[in-house]
Amino acid sequence: MLYIARWKAAVILLVCVLGIIFSVPNMLPEAQRNKLPTWMQNTFNLGLELQGGSHLQLEVDMKSVMKDYSENLLDEVRTTLRAEKIGYTSLVLTQDRKGVTFMLRDPNQLSAAKKALRKTTTDLNSEFDNSGRITISLTEEATEKVQAKALEKSIEVIRRRVDESGTKEPLIQRQGIDRIILQLPGVDNPAEVKRLIGRTAKMEFRLVDHDAGTIQVDASGRPQGTVPLGSEVLPETGHRGQEGYVVVKKQVAITGDRLIDAQFEFREAQPGVSISFDAVGAKKFAEITANNVNRQFAIILDGRVISHPNIKGPLLDGHAIISGGFTPKEAQELALLLRAGALPAALNVIEERTVGPSLGSDSIQDGQRATLFAFIFVAVFMILNYSLFGVFADIALAFNLVLLFAALSLLGATLTLPGIAGIALTIGMAVDANVLIYERIKEELRHNMKPVMAIDAGYRKALMTILDSNITTLIGAAVLFEFGSGPIRGFAVTLALGIIISLFTALSLTRLIVIYWARRHRNLTSLPI
Amino acid sequence: MAYLRLVPQNVNINFVGIRFITFLISAIVIVATAITIATKGLNYGIDFEGGYIFEVRLKEEPNIPELRNKLATLNLGETAIQKFGADHDVLIRVERKVAEGTDENAAQQKVIDAVKGAIGVNEDYRRIETIGPKVGEELVHNSMKAVLLALAAMLIYIAVRFEWQFAVCGIIALIHDTIGILALFSIFPFEFNETAIIAILITAGYSINDTIVIFDRIRENLRKYKKMELGALINKSLNETLSRTVLTGATTLTSLLALYIWGGSVISSFSLPIIIGIMIGSFSSIFLASPLLLYLNVKRGEEVAVAGAANTN
Repeated sequence: MLYIARWKAAVILLVCVLGIIFSVPNMLPEAQRNKLPTWMQNTFNLGLELQGGSHLQLEVDMKSVMKDYSENLLDEVRTTLRAEKIGYTSLVLTQDRKGVTFMLRDPNQLSAAKKALRKTTTDLNSEFDNSGRITISLTEEATEKVQAKALEKSIEVIRRRVDESGTKEPLIQRQGIDRIILQLPGVDNPAEVKRLIGRTAKMEFRLVDHDAGTIQVDASGRPQGTVPLGSEVLPETGHRGQEGYVVVKKQVAITGDRLIDAQFEFREAQPGVSISFDAVGAKKFAEITANNVNRQFAIILDGRVISHPNIKGPLLDGHAIISGGFTPKEAQELALLLRAGALPAALNVIEERTVGPSLGSDSIQDGQRATLFAFIFVAVFMILNYSLFGVFADIALAFNLVLLFAALSLLGATLTLPGIAGIALTIGMAVDANVLIYERIKEELRHNMKPVMAIDAGYRKALMTILDSNITTLIGAAVLFEFGSGPIRGFAVTLALGIIISLFTALSLTRLIVIYWARRHRNLTSLPI
Repeated sequence: MAYLRLVPQNVNINFVGIRFITFLISAIVIVATAITIATKGLNYGIDFEGGYIFEVRLKEEPNIPELRNKLATLNLGETAIQKFGADHDVLIRVERKVAEGTDENAAQQKVIDAVKGAIGVNEDYRRIETIGPKVGEELVHNSMKAVLLALAAMLIYIAVRFEWQFAVCGIIALIHDTIGILALFSIFPFEFNETAIIAILITAGYSINDTIVIFDRIRENLRKYKKMELGALINKSLNETLSRTVLTGATTLTSLLALYIWGGSVISSFSLPIIIGIMIGSFSSIFLASPLLLYLNVKRGEEVAVAGAANTN
């Protein structure tokens, strides 16, 4: 009847001891914690709002990713058609910029065009209509693939840029199909990081078009005049801002992908960036510099000319220096950006939350104090209501907290502000199972049941109710975890752990204590409840 | 033995008898809330609407009207400033204005720099939040979906474990609680943000827990007293579980009160709606969910008895 198997008792006690072992490291200072064996060093993490830092949510500009992709497709189609000598007109991007469309000069060449473009258009939708119009667009699947790749690449580049900027332990993760979460612990002014990740840093080397002559600027500062075919006007900027316009060839000689290194350097007392090309890049660079001596070579970053030096002679070793009138800081930043590589598209900061260190430590302090007071209040309340049995429930409550901290540490969970509130709330609700059991015991006592029988009946009859109410809440927590986001998920974890642990303490630990107590007091006529 | 007894032994309150009064109260609250929400809407925080929040600890005692004037001259759109928590703390909200075609990242930083310039660059900026409107929209959408799915899953469990009548009464009580707590975010100056959704969840979870304990007793009594009139049976069950309902409510409210008083500004503002919500939840479990069972033709006799026998074995 009132009996608990010895091995069950052992398991219950073991769980409690393990709980203490795994929760204690959280309270030790870090130096001492590091002396513990590795399996004991697990602690829970503090969320950004508790330790201070910046949380950024970034959105990749997928529209421009798709546009870039389609422009490449357009180039490819043009090259293929020219190579196959298939005549075409009005080759343009489609309206939604997710594909290209053109007309065949001779509709009879349809099958030839189909065959020529077969390689280019695998994975793509091709539509041919009778008038000879061909539209090639991305399938849903291909679009997803292109976007997933752009997101992955963006994360990679951001990681390199943030790592190089010296931020400690940044957390970078993807969110959905076009979002990136960037968490920077300890950073209370993210303006610098935002500037770093806010630039795509797409670098191109193109020749300056010397046939075009100088560019006239109208009253509003816009460039005037016509530009030769195959060239375009790009703004030139230095650190003093807009400095005019340069006409450059549309054809890109070398792209920034070919860079293998970029370092900040002082050359002739001018801050600059020394760059090194890979083998392919170096060969191309040597070729171009050899063929264009005394012409200008434009270095273009994100659509702006940052420098267009004269080529004094062939440069064969694949090294060069960019000096565009930078400040030292700008040159350092440019070197970092070039080393980290270009982003596939611009990033928008759509969410930014920064918590200073003072608020974080205040929140921890307030949270600890509130939890302590909640514990004391509830503990006293239970003793007032259930006297000795209240003390039993309080022991269980204390272990509830210990086990909750142990579980959070083992999971490496992150404790957030709502999480602290959840813990304090758990204290209030954790006693519910014990209240249900005790109320049942009291009821049985009122029906003149013998104390030992009443205890047994109380635990047995309350079990179903406890299970029903807690399983319902667990189901709710599981669904929240599955479909919720961010803080809601964190809350769901704390809630679920709290429920499972309170089930354990109420159904095992207090029961164990009550049974041992009852065995020592045989011939009970009443209960201290 | 106990020093404190919140609910007297053998209590016998006629909960079912006063159901018309409590139903009326609930109906009035629901209608009134529906009207306020429809006309006034919820006090959306920047989590939902997008915008900026600054929590600043100033070195000097803040002169709110002066700071307000300074902010107004920045031309940032609607701004609000208020004292927050400790004496030297202020909370500043700035509405989000997005001009088409401008560089959003730079615009955001401009607003932050402008506010810092007006308030003072060397003050302690304890918290700065910037939220785009799209994030807010998604947040509402995802959170609402998660909450609704969680509630639906819980109700399915009730329907399986009990009878469908219980699930229906549970739904009605839950809708009542949710609307009741939404009223707080419409009528009172509580900000409806991400933590508000968690507050609703806690309230709903607590309420359904409370309801299930009572339902469980009703089910048990249905098997025990096959001939008892349903109203009396519900009343008996409510009275038998009343002590537990009050006690658990009291311990939960006690720890929430500790959060409210000592939890610091953010946790405080988070716990107040939950305190009220838990009261609403307890009310609905006793006065709404259970008496409503009277109207739903709960199964009695043979079928339930067989199921009961199978369960106790």
